[in-house]
Amino acid sequence: MKFAVIQFPGSSCDLDLYHAVKDVLGEEAEYVHHHETDLSAYDAILLPGGASYGDAVRAGALARTTPVMDAVIRAAEAGKPVLGVGNGFQVLTEAGLLPGAFLKNRDQKFICRTVKVQVVNNRTMFTSEYTEGEELDIPVAHGEGNFYCDEETYGQLKENNQIVFVYADGNPNGSVGDIAGLVSEKGNVLGMMPHPERAAESILGSEDGLNVFKSIVKEWRESHANQA
Amino acid sequence: MKKANVYVTLRESVIDPQGTAAINVLHAKGHDNVKDVRIGKYIELTIEDTGQDLDTAVREMCEKLFVNTNVEDYRYEVLEVEEA
Repeated sequence: MKFAVIQFPGSSCDLDLYHAVKDVLGEEAEYVHHHETDLSAYDAILLPGGASYGDAVRAGALARTTPVMDAVIRAAEAGKPVLGVGNGFQVLTEAGLLPGAFLKNRDQKFICRTVKVQVVNNRTMFTSEYTEGEELDIPVAHGEGNFYCDEETYGQLKENNQIVFVYADGNPNGSVGDIAGLVSEKGNVLGMMPHPERAAESILGSEDGLNVFKSIVKEWRESHANQA
Repeated sequence: MKKANVYVTLRESVIDPQGTAAINVLHAKGHDNVKDVRIGKYIELTIEDTGQDLDTAVREMCEKLFVNTNVEDYRYEVLEVEEA
């Protein structure tokens, strides 16, 4: 399985994502520059964390205008797995691939620590290797992780089971409904503020994030075995 | 030349984390009469006047770049400026 790791100016978690899928899981991975316009060679797209464009204008607002994002939108429409972590999640909302938007953290501080994250929905292509209700130790690192959507949207997210991860031990940033991660209506686009790539090996203090990537690989293998 | 001044604020329905922090400080400093603080952004665009419809252009720039209409509102004014 071949992963694309998108690189925007200012991305800083690109190497960690690459390491998780390439070195830890042994899958193929390539860095893809934000001026690229074709992602047809890749089976899954990863949008990294780190303040793209220094968070100028709004987190993710400028990255969203780069040529590669048109290709990311096409890949999402084609049903390929698209995962955005941290700033990658912010880019996905700016691009309209996920609903809502991000505000500054409730307490005004940049937060960088490991939090408890609960798996609310394990019936997605990103979470099938988890059990429902499982609690994970995964770090967050963000200044604008305060997810906001209006009540109507929140109701739809709940009804469609689009809320995949919630903060389980206190809400660090003020996000609506304790939301830490959510999928698109079709289920193939996941945005999450916790960084699974920073919890992908025991030497990092936690392996609890690795199953996100394992789930993607497993689901892809199974769907392609059926096609063969 | 023309100048477009754009004011961006969080929508009324959205709690403003910066405004909330600021009003708490103001109250602690004795400014009890302050009832609300909304902190936003101010953007100055200097635009060559080619006779095009600036309203349409400024609105497009706002909605495609400067403003996230999920959480923000904006208003703007267009002014004539003296040639340098």
